Amino acid sequence: MAVTDTQPTPPPGIAAPAALAKRGRLRWLVVAIPYVWMLLLFLVPFFIVVKISFSTTAIALPPYTPVFDLSGGLSGIWDSVKEFTFDNYVFLTEDSLYWRSYLTSLRIAFVSTVLILIVAYPIAYGMARARKEWRPSLLMLVILPFWTSFLIRVYAWIGILKQEGLLNQFLLWLGVIDKPLVIMSTDWAVYIGIVYSYLPFMILPLYAALEKMDETLLEAAADLGCPPIQAFWKITFPLSLPGVVAGCFLVFIPVVGEFVIPDLLGGSNTIMIGRTLWNEFFNNRDWPVASAVAVILLLILVIPIVYFQNQQQKEAEKAR
Amino acid sequence: MKTILSRVVLSAAMLVGGSVLAMAADKEVHIYNWSDYIDPTILEDFTKQTGIKVVYDVYDSNEMVETKMLAGGSGYDIVVPTDRNMQRLIQAGVFQPLDKSKIPNLQYAWPEIYKRLETYDPGNQYAVNYMWGTTGIGYNKKLIADRMADAPVNSMDMIFKPEVAAKFADCGIYVLDSADDVMPAALNYLGLPPDSKETADLEKAAALIESVRPYIRKFHSSEFIEALANGDACIAFGFSGDILQARDRAAEAKNGVEIAYSIPKEGALLWMDSMVVPKDAPNADAAFAFINYIQTPQVIAKATDYVNYPNGNLESQKYVNPDILKDTSIYPDPTTLSHLYTTTPNDPKVQRVLTRLWTKVKTGS
Repeated sequence: MAVTDTQPTPPPGIAAPAALAKRGRLRWLVVAIPYVWMLLLFLVPFFIVVKISFSTTAIALPPYTPVFDLSGGLSGIWDSVKEFTFDNYVFLTEDSLYWRSYLTSLRIAFVSTVLILIVAYPIAYGMARARKEWRPSLLMLVILPFWTSFLIRVYAWIGILKQEGLLNQFLLWLGVIDKPLVIMSTDWAVYIGIVYSYLPFMILPLYAALEKMDETLLEAAADLGCPPIQAFWKITFPLSLPGVVAGCFLVFIPVVGEFVIPDLLGGSNTIMIGRTLWNEFFNNRDWPVASAVAVILLLILVIPIVYFQNQQQKEAEKAR
Repeated sequence: MKTILSRVVLSAAMLVGGSVLAMAADKEVHIYNWSDYIDPTILEDFTKQTGIKVVYDVYDSNEMVETKMLAGGSGYDIVVPTDRNMQRLIQAGVFQPLDKSKIPNLQYAWPEIYKRLETYDPGNQYAVNYMWGTTGIGYNKKLIADRMADAPVNSMDMIFKPEVAAKFADCGIYVLDSADDVMPAALNYLGLPPDSKETADLEKAAALIESVRPYIRKFHSSEFIEALANGDACIAFGFSGDILQARDRAAEAKNGVEIAYSIPKEGALLWMDSMVVPKDAPNADAAFAFINYIQTPQVIAKATDYVNYPNGNLESQKYVNPDILKDTSIYPDPTTLSHLYTTTPNDPKVQRVLTRLWTKVKTGS
């Protein structure tokens, strides 16, 4: 673009071309930065992982073959490429462990996202309808937990949920239960941990969407005789949908790959894909299969999201 | 005059500063060791004596250190992996041979331990044993006695016999989350070779663990220390020193919890954590100096007193706290010692079978 802009010879006496070229270059730079970012921090690592996923394990350093040897030149690289194998991907289909871990992860992520949405919506709604001068403080309260390390906050839940923990002691004291509940090391603890940890990621986009809503719309609805609950479902909720979608993505995607929360709070029988990946990488020392698991995980997440975004874009264009 | 003086002072300062910097760069040793595994005063004394600064990092699983080593360029001068993991790393060519002329204290090596270490490090070229220990049963005396007066506390029946384990399910049985430690114990309990690589044998061992799976609260490699110490768990299958650490923590907390450790009469796994020097260690000489220092009989005795693990230095037994030396759950008597077994690394195929079976045991699928 920048090049074609400067191609025609300018009329004499006008200093524009230099300025134009400068502006073109600037624009090019601004556009390039996100792409360079994507290239360096997403695509390059991703291709390294893809490359390892076609290798085979070896007792060596690094623990797989072939390794690209650039000294061999192009033919050397071609020789390495010929050693590539799809075995690792085939292997993933042969053992039910893998697809079951994917499914468990997707299920846990789905259930947690729904739970978080149910908890977060009233909070965000309350914040957006609170008096203007309170809102910054409320927002602050939502962000406050981030000041403490995520790991420490999850650890704190161990103290709350364990047999002799705060929750059980409190319930025993209240007389609600006469024997401590076993919550730690079960799926319940994992859900509690996930809902707690990811709640702000849902509240913030919801709040942003709800806060900029035009309240006169609700007044108009009331004037026209629409009861408040119906007005909520017909006006408020549809208008907050972009916030709901953003929040769900922000929660769902990281929860699928969540490792720390199930590891610390969950029992041994919660197999999420993060754990399976860890096992492949650390216990089996099988970097190629671990890489294949990671590539599939990425595809499982990226393909539906790209599809969803395309659909959204199409709908937006149709609406126009 | 003034200018000359200031110039002299300045250049002297620069000289001193420069040499201090150079010294700092030379005299540093980066150690990567298990967590809670050394008396910190040993590191201070070493720095006082040699002027070498110690940078000390910790890990809590062999997988962690192995993966770091395989990735290369870790920047560590000494790492302390356990036998099998160490052997695999030796095979991968990660370490450099020891310069034994720089480690004269190797003369105090305990032949029995180094003979076993040779399985993993042929010719004892790479590794100096730091500590060794057993994998056995830790239990809460009172909780066990309440549930079963004549509990077989010195036998793997406590965990592997469903009728017995069922009695303790409610007070919490913890088992190491480590196929490498638990599967050999199961094989041994069944009368199969503990180091068996046969899929059929491994499957039988897995089936045994699955039969008691409902009574096991959690598979985890470090949580049991805390859980035993505060009474959340009544049985833990874990490393000797960790269980003794739980015992000491409970005693310190004066919470009425009394923990004991027993080496199962069926035999137990003897493992060894040894110091090795990576090939790309930035300060190999400092590493050898540290290894030599830690192998000074008095120093390693002090380390043993602190961590409750026996060490591979025979001479040091003269200096180890007699209570620890006499404690047969720490320093096993010769008969028990002869019943302890060691295991060898698995090739990738066997390892995969093992990990898969282990996942099955833990998750029931």
